[in-house]
Amino acid sequence: MASIPQAEAGQFLRVNPITCVARGMCAELLPEQVKLDEWGYPILKGDPLPPHLVAHARRAVAECPTLALRADPTPRG
Amino acid sequence: MNEQVLWFAARSSGMVSLLLLTATILLGILGPLRVGSANWPRFALAGLHRNISLLTVVLLVVHAVTIALDDYVPITFADAVVPFVSQYQPFWLGLGAISFDLILALIVTSLLRPRINLRLWRSIHWLAYVSWPIALAHGIGVGTDATGPLGLIIAGLCVAAVVLAVILRIIKRDRPPIDFAPPKPAPATKPVGAARPAPEPVRRPGEFSTRTR
Ligand code: HEM
Ligand code: SF4
Repeated sequence: MASIPQAEAGQFLRVNPITCVARGMCAELLPEQVKLDEWGYPILKGDPLPPHLVAHARRAVAECPTLALRADPTPRG
Repeated sequence: MNEQVLWFAARSSGMVSLLLLTATILLGILGPLRVGSANWPRFALAGLHRNISLLTVVLLVVHAVTIALDDYVPITFADAVVPFVSQYQPFWLGLGAISFDLILALIVTSLLRPRINLRLWRSIHWLAYVSWPIALAHGIGVGTDATGPLGLIIAGLCVAAVVLAVILRIIKRDRPPIDFAPPKPAPATKPVGAARPAPEPVRRPGEFSTRTR
């Protein structure tokens, strides 16, 4: 897992449930697309990233302490 | 210009560097301790951790440059980064150089964090716990002020704060909160995102069903 690609408009956010440590920073930085369940794990809104949220999404991806949050071109299958 | 200006600048920037480095360590530990509230969201504390660490490096550069320019003691620019080669107090200055190198490695890997292997970043970031006591020992070993009353009070407070934080860090290891707080109905605190309401409906991806911790 070298470089993470930058989030782009139209992509879908994904969380790696193994590495996520429920720190909740993603929900602070991108409340439009991420909520937390009662244990603090993210619940993602399944929509493609709108252009106005791309910058926020990039920041959320970069700040995640375990880099568990990624943007992916395809929705979860 | 008073020729002691460089000397005073070197001493005071060294002392401020210790305070900033201590603040950086404390802010870093707040992450795994899951400190955060509506008024102090975690991303803000993490940003403070990063920015104060960058300020620390600025002060360390001022510290090294002023002491190298000051010609009362034979300390060179190389002594700031190459350990144990100095003509003056090679051991204690060497500790300062090691600590500075470690801090530079911490900063560089952290700024590249999204681009490098996360394990590499993590293992280098553990060196924070090595750099701090070495920096402290350097200051006490070679510093003019560190063994004076004010210096000892500052060093004592820094040691107390870091030791306390490290103990908390060890007790409260970085596990998911489910290990500490059994599931209970919706938490009383308002989520930070409440100001920007997320549109419904929110979908829960099936990915979470694999979680067994
Ligand atoms: C002087 C340089 C630095 C020092 C001494 C330092 C120190 C620390 C310490 C002690 C921790 C706690 C580690 C643990 O016990 O898990 C930490 C965590 C962390 N630091 Fe630094 N750090 C430095 C620079 C940076 C920089 C420049 C960044 C840039 C973004 C950064 C990002 C982080 C992150 C993301 C964490 C993890 C927090 C978490 O787990 O939530 N650090 N740091
Ligand atoms: S910031 Fe990362 S670790 Fe924290 S909840 Fe979001 S995905 Fe999980």
